[in-house]
Amino acid sequence: MTLIYPVASNRVHPARLSPAYRSALKRSPQKPLIPMRHTLSELTGPVYGHETVRAHDNDLTIQAKGEPLGERIIVHGHVRDEDGRGVPNTLVELWQANACGRYIHVVDQHPAPLDPNFTGAGRTQSDADGYYRFITIKPGAYPWGNHHNAWRPAHIHFSVFGHSFVSRLVTQMYFPGDPLFPFDPIFNSVTDAKARARMISSFDLDNTKPDWALCYRFDIVLRGRNATPMETK
Amino acid sequence: MSNQRPDGVTPSQTVGPYFKYGLTPNGEYEWNDAFTNNLLTPDTSGERIRVEGKVYDGDGAVIPDCMLEIWQADSQGRFSDPQDARALPNSSFKGFGRVGTDKSGAYAFDTIKPGSVPDADGKPQAPHIVLAVFARGMLLHLYTRIYFDDEAGNAADAVLALVPADRRATLIAKKAGAGGTYTFDVHLQGDNETVFFDV
Repeated sequence: MTLIYPVASNRVHPARLSPAYRSALKRSPQKPLIPMRHTLSELTGPVYGHETVRAHDNDLTIQAKGEPLGERIIVHGHVRDEDGRGVPNTLVELWQANACGRYIHVVDQHPAPLDPNFTGAGRTQSDADGYYRFITIKPGAYPWGNHHNAWRPAHIHFSVFGHSFVSRLVTQMYFPGDPLFPFDPIFNSVTDAKARARMISSFDLDNTKPDWALCYRFDIVLRGRNATPMETK
Repeated sequence: MSNQRPDGVTPSQTVGPYFKYGLTPNGEYEWNDAFTNNLLTPDTSGERIRVEGKVYDGDGAVIPDCMLEIWQADSQGRFSDPQDARALPNSSFKGFGRVGTDKSGAYAFDTIKPGSVPDADGKPQAPHIVLAVFARGMLLHLYTRIYFDDEAGNAADAVLALVPADRRATLIAKKAGAGGTYTFDVHLQGDNETVFFDV
């Protein structure tokens, strides 16, 4: 299968300079990016060995001696390409704040407690169908310095690779119905409402585990289309 | 599972300021590294090099919370990816590296000088490494290329030829003395702004 990566697919992404997001002002190029045809350097990408992901790296609730505090959740979904095919065996990494909205990162000084039993980092590899699954704790919202009374909606950071180096995606997964959505310049840097909605997980009752954990589904769509027309059944 | 065609790709969001313990712990946090800045394996053939530099913002201030990823061919110009249908590398060299900048905005990769890879027309490209740049304040990562100032092939490289001559130097790592070290700084904005590609 040979995939192509139309540059037009990038239009859903935020403008690099989204002025409401203050940190972007000095960290976005002012000169135009230079278009180029993809070569093998862009069309290939890293392959991971089994040494990259360990057996329980996708369960963030069993990394310490005790159980982390907060609401245990299942986050799962499929990594797909633009034609809807599952992206198999691709690395999915996540990191997040704890239930109180605090990251273990030393720079995070939000006066909320750290959880000695929660790191907030996980990784997994999608299966042959592109399916992945994590068990974690629902992260809390937290304040940040972008503007007066700025709070980030609860989110989980995702890093995904896909079939090539140009399908690389770093994004954030949000939770349905968050009241902070209208006020968040990072979420709203995506100007198309339908595209924004693709960053919001959906509550998944069918896969909620009774007496144990709520489930959220987050499907991730990466760049890449088959150059040949899809066969119809 | 529904296999209907999606409406479009999932939008990008910034890597933010707190990725380090998840993506580049490098001994500072308990989590293990999936990737590091050392691409060398004992059986890797080719010229050992170090590519190092700093990352700067539009004020010329260093960026201490930047993540850089590189992707490159082996010394014979082959990618460690089955999608590269040519003969596959015979070593365990993976060609992918990741690093977070330190407090001074500095980074380094230990790798090998890549060989030549064909361009879209099948003509040889000058040796290069593809670099992706992520940071707080960047809602979407940037792609650029690291070329080498001691490669004669630069003059005929089709991608370098797309770049205005007065900006080409931003893509070329400079050999820093003996020992295979090259310097490559990244300027996200400003007079010395690095050339980034729309790929």
